[in-house]
Amino acid sequence: MVQFTLPKNSKIRVGKTWPKPDGQNVRMFSIYRWNPDDGKNPQVDTYFVDMDTCGPMILDALIKIKTEIDPTLTFRRSCREGICGSCAMNIDGINTLACIYGMDEVKGDVKIYPLPHMPVIKDLIPDLNHFYAQHASIMPWLETKTNRPGKEWKQSIEDRKKLDGLYECVMCASCSTSCPSYWWNGDRYLGPAALLHAYRWIVDSRDEATGERLDDLEDPFKLYRCHTIMNCAKTCPKGLNPARAIAHIKKMLVDRTV
Amino acid sequence: MRYLTDRKRAIGRGASGTGTEHHWYMTVSAVGLAVMVPTFLIIFGKALGQGYAEVHATFARPLPAILTAMVLVVGLNHFRRGAQLMIEDYTRGVSRKIAVIFVITFSYFLMACGLFALAKIAL
Repeated sequence: MVQFTLPKNSKIRVGKTWPKPDGQNVRMFSIYRWNPDDGKNPQVDTYFVDMDTCGPMILDALIKIKTEIDPTLTFRRSCREGICGSCAMNIDGINTLACIYGMDEVKGDVKIYPLPHMPVIKDLIPDLNHFYAQHASIMPWLETKTNRPGKEWKQSIEDRKKLDGLYECVMCASCSTSCPSYWWNGDRYLGPAALLHAYRWIVDSRDEATGERLDDLEDPFKLYRCHTIMNCAKTCPKGLNPARAIAHIKKMLVDRTV
Repeated sequence: MRYLTDRKRAIGRGASGTGTEHHWYMTVSAVGLAVMVPTFLIIFGKALGQGYAEVHATFARPLPAILTAMVLVVGLNHFRRGAQLMIEDYTRGVSRKIAVIFVITFSYFLMACGLFALAKIAL
Protein backbone atom coordinates (compact mmCIF):
# COMPACT_ATOMS: atom_id res chain seq x y z
CA MET A 1 0.00 0.00 0.00
CA VAL A 2 1.12 3.52 -0.69
CA GLN A 3 3.11 5.15 2.12
CA PHE A 4 3.58 8.89 2.15
CA THR A 5 5.86 8.99 5.18
CA LEU A 6 8.53 6.69 6.52
CA PRO A 7 7.69 4.60 9.58
CA LYS A 8 9.02 6.05 12.83
CA ASN A 9 11.87 3.55 13.07
CA SER A 10 12.92 4.22 9.46
CA LYS A 11 13.30 7.99 9.68
CA ILE A 12 16.84 8.89 8.71
CA ARG A 13 19.08 10.80 11.13
CA VAL A 14 22.25 12.74 10.40
CA GLY A 15 25.14 10.38 11.08
CA LYS A 16 28.85 10.55 11.64
CA THR A 17 31.13 12.76 9.57
CA TRP A 18 34.51 11.14 9.01
CA PRO A 19 37.71 13.22 8.85
CA LYS A 20 38.52 14.94 5.58
CA PRO A 21 41.87 13.94 4.09
CA ASP A 22 44.33 16.46 2.71
CA GLY A 23 44.35 16.97 -1.01
CA GLN A 24 42.81 19.05 -3.76
CA ASN A 25 40.65 16.40 -5.34
CA VAL A 26 38.48 15.25 -2.43
CA ARG A 27 34.90 14.18 -2.94
CA MET A 28 32.13 13.86 -0.36
CA PHE A 29 30.04 10.70 -0.08
CA SER A 30 26.79 10.59 1.88
CA ILE A 31 25.99 6.95 2.57
CA TYR A 32 22.95 5.35 4.19
CA ARG A 33 23.84 3.29 7.25
CA TRP A 34 21.66 1.00 9.31
CA ASN A 35 22.68 -1.68 11.72
CA PRO A 36 19.95 -4.11 12.84
CA ASP A 37 21.90 -4.91 16.00
CA ASP A 38 22.12 -1.46 17.62
CA GLY A 39 18.38 -0.69 17.67
CA LYS A 40 18.93 2.82 16.30
CA ASN A 41 17.27 4.54 13.35
CA PRO A 42 19.12 4.64 10.04
CA GLN A 43 21.57 7.46 9.51
CA VAL A 44 23.53 9.04 6.70
CA ASP A 45 27.28 9.04 7.31
CA THR A 46 29.59 11.41 5.48
CA TYR A 47 32.90 10.26 4.07
CA PHE A 48 35.56 12.08 2.11
CA VAL A 49 37.55 10.25 -0.54
CA ASP A 50 40.72 11.45 -2.23
CA MET A 51 39.90 10.91 -5.88
CA ASP A 52 43.58 10.99 -6.90
CA THR A 53 44.07 7.63 -5.20
CA CYS A 54 40.71 6.11 -6.11
CA GLY A 55 39.41 4.24 -9.14
CA PRO A 56 36.88 5.83 -11.50
CA MET A 57 33.73 3.93 -10.47
CA ILE A 58 31.42 4.39 -7.49
CA LEU A 59 32.23 0.84 -6.37
CA ASP A 60 35.92 1.77 -6.26
CA ALA A 61 35.10 4.54 -3.81
CA LEU A 62 32.95 2.23 -1.68
CA ILE A 63 35.73 -0.35 -1.54
CA LYS A 64 38.22 2.39 -0.67
CA ILE A 65 35.97 3.65 2.13
CA LYS A 66 35.55 0.13 3.50
CA THR A 67 39.25 -0.65 3.24
CA GLU A 68 40.74 2.59 4.46
CA ILE A 69 38.13 4.51 6.44
CA ASP A 70 35.26 2.45 7.85
CA PRO A 71 35.41 -1.35 7.71
CA THR A 72 31.85 -1.62 9.09
CA LEU A 73 30.33 -0.25 5.87
CA THR A 74 28.39 -3.14 4.33
CA PHE A 75 27.48 -3.64 0.70
CA ARG A 76 27.29 -6.46 -1.84
CA ARG A 77 29.77 -6.68 -4.69
CA SER A 78 31.36 -9.42 -6.71
CA CYS A 79 32.29 -9.24 -10.39
CA ARG A 80 32.94 -5.45 -10.56
CA GLU A 81 32.04 -5.42 -14.26
CA GLY A 82 28.24 -5.35 -14.47
CA ILE A 83 27.67 -9.06 -14.87
CA CYS A 84 26.63 -10.33 -11.43
CA GLY A 85 24.20 -7.54 -10.45
CA SER A 86 25.29 -7.70 -6.79
CA CYS A 87 26.19 -4.05 -6.29
CA ALA A 88 22.82 -2.58 -7.30
CA MET A 89 22.04 0.45 -5.17
CA ASN A 90 20.52 3.91 -5.40
CA ILE A 91 23.24 6.34 -6.45
CA ASP A 92 22.38 10.00 -6.79
CA GLY A 93 18.67 9.07 -7.05
CA ILE A 94 19.16 6.41 -9.71
CA ASN A 95 19.02 2.66 -9.21
CA THR A 96 22.11 1.30 -10.88
CA LEU A 97 25.18 -0.88 -10.50
CA ALA A 98 27.94 0.78 -8.51
CA CYS A 99 30.60 -1.06 -10.51
CA ILE A 100 29.66 0.41 -13.88
CA TYR A 101 28.47 3.82 -12.69
CA GLY A 102 31.24 6.34 -13.14
CA MET A 103 32.11 8.95 -10.56
CA ASP A 104 32.00 11.54 -13.36
CA GLU A 105 28.30 10.77 -13.95
CA VAL A 106 27.42 12.29 -10.57
CA LYS A 107 27.46 16.04 -10.14
CA GLY A 108 28.39 17.31 -6.68
CA ASP A 109 28.33 15.11 -3.60
CA VAL A 110 27.62 11.43 -4.07
CA LYS A 111 24.52 10.19 -2.24
CA ILE A 112 24.23 6.43 -1.89
CA TYR A 113 21.20 4.58 -0.53
CA PRO A 114 20.04 0.95 -0.74
CA LEU A 115 17.52 0.01 -3.43
CA PRO A 116 14.26 1.81 -2.59
CA HIS A 117 11.27 0.30 -0.84
CA MET A 118 12.92 -2.97 0.06
CA PRO A 119 13.54 -4.28 3.56
CA VAL A 120 17.13 -3.51 4.52
CA ILE A 121 19.34 -6.22 5.98
CA LYS A 122 22.22 -3.87 6.75
CA ASP A 123 23.53 -0.60 5.28
CA LEU A 124 23.31 -0.91 1.48
CA ILE A 125 22.09 -4.51 1.43
CA PRO A 126 18.40 -5.01 0.65
CA ASP A 127 16.51 -8.23 1.35
CA LEU A 128 15.90 -9.74 -2.10
CA ASN A 129 14.35 -13.06 -0.99
CA HIS A 130 10.86 -12.17 -2.21
CA PHE A 131 12.27 -10.77 -5.45
CA TYR A 132 14.14 -14.02 -6.14
CA ALA A 133 11.10 -16.11 -5.19
CA GLN A 134 9.03 -14.14 -7.70
CA HIS A 135 11.66 -14.86 -10.32
CA ALA A 136 11.54 -18.58 -9.46
CA SER A 137 7.74 -18.53 -9.70
CA ILE A 138 7.82 -17.73 -13.42
CA MET A 139 9.71 -21.00 -14.08
CA PRO A 140 12.92 -19.52 -15.50
CA TRP A 141 13.91 -22.62 -17.40
CA LEU A 142 13.12 -24.37 -20.68
CA GLU A 143 9.91 -26.41 -20.34
CA THR A 144 9.47 -29.12 -22.98
CA LYS A 145 7.02 -31.95 -23.47
CA THR A 146 8.43 -33.48 -26.64
CA ASN A 147 11.00 -36.21 -26.09
CA ARG A 148 14.51 -34.83 -25.81
CA PRO A 149 16.18 -34.77 -29.24
CA GLY A 150 19.36 -36.74 -29.90
CA LYS A 151 21.64 -33.73 -30.12
CA GLU A 152 20.13 -30.37 -29.18
CA TRP A 153 16.95 -28.26 -29.30
CA LYS A 154 17.35 -26.42 -32.56
CA GLN A 155 16.54 -22.75 -32.94
CA SER A 156 16.61 -20.60 -36.06
CA ILE A 157 18.74 -17.48 -36.19
CA GLU A 158 15.57 -15.36 -36.36
CA ASP A 159 14.07 -17.01 -33.28
CA ARG A 160 17.33 -16.65 -31.39
CA LYS A 161 17.35 -12.93 -32.18
CA LYS A 162 14.03 -12.61 -30.31
CA LEU A 163 15.91 -13.33 -27.08
CA ASP A 164 18.24 -10.37 -27.53
CA GLY A 165 17.41 -7.62 -25.08
CA LEU A 166 15.96 -10.21 -22.69
CA TYR A 167 18.61 -12.77 -21.78
CA GLU A 168 21.09 -10.05 -20.75
CA CYS A 169 19.16 -9.27 -17.55
CA VAL A 170 21.40 -9.86 -14.50
CA MET A 171 18.57 -9.73 -11.93
CA CYS A 172 20.05 -6.75 -10.11
CA ALA A 173 16.52 -5.58 -9.09
CA SER A 174 17.21 -1.98 -10.16
CA CYS A 175 14.10 -1.98 -12.37
CA SER A 176 11.66 -3.57 -9.94
CA THR A 177 12.73 -1.30 -7.10
CA SER A 178 12.29 1.80 -9.28
CA CYS A 179 8.70 0.86 -10.16
CA PRO A 180 5.97 2.59 -8.09
CA SER A 181 3.60 -0.28 -8.81
CA TYR A 182 6.15 -2.64 -7.31
CA TRP A 183 6.61 -0.34 -4.32
CA TRP A 184 2.90 -0.29 -3.53
CA ASN A 185 1.97 -3.86 -4.50
CA GLY A 186 5.24 -5.77 -4.59
CA ASP A 187 3.69 -8.65 -2.68
CA ARG A 188 1.38 -9.46 -5.61
CA TYR A 189 2.81 -7.66 -8.65
CA LEU A 190 5.69 -9.63 -10.14
CA GLY A 191 7.61 -6.54 -11.16
CA PRO A 192 9.53 -5.71 -14.33
CA ALA A 193 12.48 -8.05 -13.76
CA ALA A 194 10.42 -11.21 -13.23
CA LEU A 195 8.10 -10.28 -16.10
CA LEU A 196 11.02 -9.64 -18.45
CA HIS A 197 12.31 -13.11 -17.60
CA ALA A 198 8.81 -14.55 -18.03
CA TYR A 199 8.66 -13.08 -21.53
CA ARG A 200 12.16 -14.37 -22.27
CA TRP A 201 10.82 -17.95 -21.81
CA ILE A 202 7.43 -17.28 -23.42
CA VAL A 203 9.07 -16.04 -26.60
CA ASP A 204 11.68 -18.82 -26.71
CA SER A 205 10.83 -20.95 -29.76
CA ARG A 206 12.02 -24.12 -27.99
CA ASP A 207 9.78 -23.72 -24.96
CA GLU A 208 6.55 -25.74 -25.03
CA ALA A 209 4.78 -24.26 -22.00
CA THR A 210 3.72 -20.96 -23.58
CA GLY A 211 0.04 -21.46 -22.71
CA GLU A 212 0.73 -22.40 -19.09
CA ARG A 213 3.12 -19.49 -18.72
CA LEU A 214 0.51 -17.05 -20.05
CA ASP A 215 -2.14 -18.63 -17.80
CA ASP A 216 0.07 -18.05 -14.78
CA LEU A 217 0.47 -14.38 -15.65
CA GLU A 218 -3.15 -13.54 -16.45
CA ASP A 219 -3.97 -11.70 -13.28
CA PRO A 220 -4.85 -8.07 -12.46
CA PHE A 221 -2.00 -7.92 -9.95
CA LYS A 222 0.72 -10.25 -11.20
CA LEU A 223 0.91 -8.62 -14.64
CA TYR A 224 -1.59 -5.83 -15.09
CA ARG A 225 -0.25 -3.65 -12.26
CA CYS A 226 2.22 -2.42 -14.88
CA HIS A 227 0.95 1.01 -15.93
CA THR A 228 3.76 1.65 -18.40
CA ILE A 229 5.44 4.15 -16.09
CA MET A 230 8.74 3.20 -17.79
CA ASN A 231 10.99 3.81 -14.77
CA CYS A 232 12.27 0.27 -15.35
CA ALA A 233 13.52 1.04 -18.85
CA LYS A 234 14.98 4.36 -17.73
CA THR A 235 16.97 2.90 -14.86
CA CYS A 236 18.12 -0.48 -16.23
CA PRO A 237 21.93 -0.43 -16.00
CA LYS A 238 22.10 -2.95 -18.85
CA GLY A 239 20.00 -0.78 -21.16
CA LEU A 240 17.13 -3.28 -21.37
CA ASN A 241 13.45 -2.44 -21.72
CA PRO A 242 11.29 -4.53 -19.37
CA ALA A 243 8.23 -2.34 -20.14
CA ARG A 244 8.36 -3.47 -23.76
CA ALA A 245 8.55 -7.12 -22.69
CA ILE A 246 5.51 -6.60 -20.45
CA ALA A 247 3.64 -4.92 -23.31
CA HIS A 248 4.41 -7.96 -25.49
CA ILE A 249 3.00 -10.30 -22.83
CA LYS A 250 -0.18 -8.19 -22.66
CA LYS A 251 -0.43 -8.27 -26.44
CA MET A 252 -0.06 -12.06 -26.48
CA LEU A 253 -2.82 -12.39 -23.89
CA VAL A 254 -5.10 -10.14 -25.95
CA ASP A 255 -4.24 -12.04 -29.13
CA ARG A 256 -5.39 -15.33 -27.65
CA THR A 257 -8.67 -13.73 -26.51
CA VAL A 258 -9.67 -11.41 -29.35
CA MET B 1 4.15 -13.50 12.07
CA ARG B 2 3.45 -16.30 9.63
CA TYR B 3 6.07 -18.90 8.83
CA LEU B 4 5.59 -18.98 5.07
CA THR B 5 8.33 -19.75 2.62
CA ASP B 6 9.35 -17.02 0.18
CA ARG B 7 8.11 -19.17 -2.68
CA LYS B 8 4.67 -19.54 -1.10
CA ARG B 9 4.46 -15.79 -0.56
CA ALA B 10 5.47 -15.13 -4.17
CA ILE B 11 2.93 -17.56 -5.63
CA GLY B 12 0.17 -16.34 -3.33
CA ARG B 13 -3.20 -17.68 -4.46
CA GLY B 14 -2.08 -18.09 -8.04
CA ALA B 15 -3.37 -16.28 -11.09
CA SER B 16 -7.04 -15.28 -11.18
CA GLY B 17 -7.22 -15.70 -14.96
CA THR B 18 -8.70 -12.21 -15.40
CA GLY B 19 -7.37 -8.82 -16.40
CA THR B 20 -7.05 -9.20 -20.14
CA GLU B 21 -10.68 -8.23 -20.76
CA HIS B 22 -10.16 -5.14 -18.58
CA HIS B 23 -6.95 -4.25 -20.43
CA TRP B 24 -8.60 -4.68 -23.84
CA TYR B 25 -11.70 -2.70 -22.82
CA MET B 26 -9.57 0.20 -21.56
CA THR B 27 -7.49 0.20 -24.76
CA VAL B 28 -10.50 0.16 -27.08
CA SER B 29 -12.54 2.65 -25.05
CA ALA B 30 -9.54 5.02 -24.83
CA VAL B 31 -9.30 5.05 -28.64
CA GLY B 32 -13.06 5.50 -28.94
CA LEU B 33 -13.14 8.32 -26.40
CA ALA B 34 -10.23 10.08 -28.11
CA VAL B 35 -12.58 10.52 -31.09
CA MET B 36 -15.90 10.89 -29.28
CA VAL B 37 -14.99 13.42 -26.56
CA PRO B 38 -13.63 16.17 -28.86
CA THR B 39 -16.66 15.77 -31.17
CA PHE B 40 -18.99 15.90 -28.18
CA LEU B 41 -17.23 19.01 -26.84
CA ILE B 42 -17.69 20.80 -30.17
CA ILE B 43 -21.44 20.01 -30.20
CA PHE B 44 -21.82 20.80 -26.50
CA GLY B 45 -19.78 23.99 -26.86
CA LYS B 46 -21.99 25.24 -29.67
CA ALA B 47 -25.12 24.57 -27.63
CA LEU B 48 -23.69 26.23 -24.52
CA GLY B 49 -25.35 29.55 -23.71
CA GLN B 50 -28.13 29.06 -26.25
CA GLY B 51 -31.83 29.18 -25.39
CA TYR B 52 -33.87 26.09 -24.46
CA ALA B 53 -35.36 25.77 -27.96
CA GLU B 54 -31.93 25.74 -29.66
CA VAL B 55 -30.48 23.25 -27.14
CA HIS B 56 -33.56 21.06 -27.50
CA ALA B 57 -33.21 21.19 -31.28
CA THR B 58 -29.52 20.25 -31.07
CA PHE B 59 -29.97 17.24 -28.78
CA ALA B 60 -33.16 16.10 -30.48
CA ARG B 61 -31.09 15.32 -33.58
CA PRO B 62 -29.94 11.68 -33.70
CA LEU B 63 -26.17 12.23 -33.97
CA PRO B 64 -25.70 14.59 -30.98
CA ALA B 65 -28.11 12.57 -28.83
CA ILE B 66 -26.51 9.21 -29.60
CA LEU B 67 -23.01 10.64 -29.28
CA THR B 68 -23.83 12.20 -25.90
CA ALA B 69 -25.30 8.91 -24.68
CA MET B 70 -22.23 7.04 -25.87
CA VAL B 71 -19.85 9.50 -24.22
CA LEU B 72 -21.78 9.05 -20.98
CA VAL B 73 -21.86 5.25 -21.10
CA VAL B 74 -18.39 4.58 -22.50
CA GLY B 75 -16.77 7.48 -20.63
CA LEU B 76 -18.16 6.55 -17.24
CA ASN B 77 -17.42 2.86 -17.74
CA HIS B 78 -13.85 3.88 -18.60
CA PHE B 79 -13.78 6.06 -15.49
CA ARG B 80 -15.19 3.24 -13.33
CA ARG B 81 -12.54 0.77 -14.40
CA GLY B 82 -9.73 3.32 -14.27
CA ALA B 83 -10.72 4.57 -10.83
CA GLN B 84 -10.98 0.98 -9.57
CA LEU B 85 -7.45 0.34 -10.83
CA MET B 86 -6.20 3.43 -9.04
CA ILE B 87 -7.92 2.43 -5.79
CA GLU B 88 -6.39 -1.04 -6.04
CA ASP B 89 -2.98 0.58 -6.47
CA TYR B 90 -3.14 2.76 -3.39
CA THR B 91 -5.37 1.07 -0.80
CA ARG B 92 -5.63 -2.29 0.92
CA GLY B 93 -8.04 -4.48 2.82
CA VAL B 94 -11.56 -3.38 3.74
CA SER B 95 -10.98 0.25 2.71
CA ARG B 96 -10.08 -1.00 -0.78
CA LYS B 97 -13.34 -2.94 -1.06
CA ILE B 98 -15.43 -0.04 0.27
CA ALA B 99 -13.78 2.42 -2.11
CA VAL B 100 -14.25 0.08 -5.10
CA ILE B 101 -17.95 -0.43 -4.26
CA PHE B 102 -18.38 3.33 -3.89
CA VAL B 103 -16.73 4.18 -7.20
CA ILE B 104 -18.76 1.55 -9.08
CA THR B 105 -22.01 2.79 -7.55
CA PHE B 106 -21.07 6.43 -8.13
CA SER B 107 -20.20 5.78 -11.79
CA TYR B 108 -23.50 4.06 -12.52
CA PHE B 109 -25.37 6.79 -10.64
CA LEU B 110 -23.69 9.50 -12.74
CA MET B 111 -24.44 7.50 -15.89
CA ALA B 112 -28.11 7.21 -14.97
CA CYS B 113 -28.32 10.94 -14.13
CA GLY B 114 -26.68 11.88 -17.43
CA LEU B 115 -28.91 9.63 -19.50
CA PHE B 116 -31.99 10.92 -17.69
CA ALA B 117 -30.96 14.53 -18.34
CA LEU B 118 -30.26 13.76 -21.98
CA ALA B 119 -33.64 12.07 -22.39
CA LYS B 120 -35.34 15.02 -20.70
CA ILE B 121 -33.72 17.49 -23.12
CA ALA B 122 -33.90 15.39 -26.27
CA LEU B 123 -37.39 13.96 -26.01
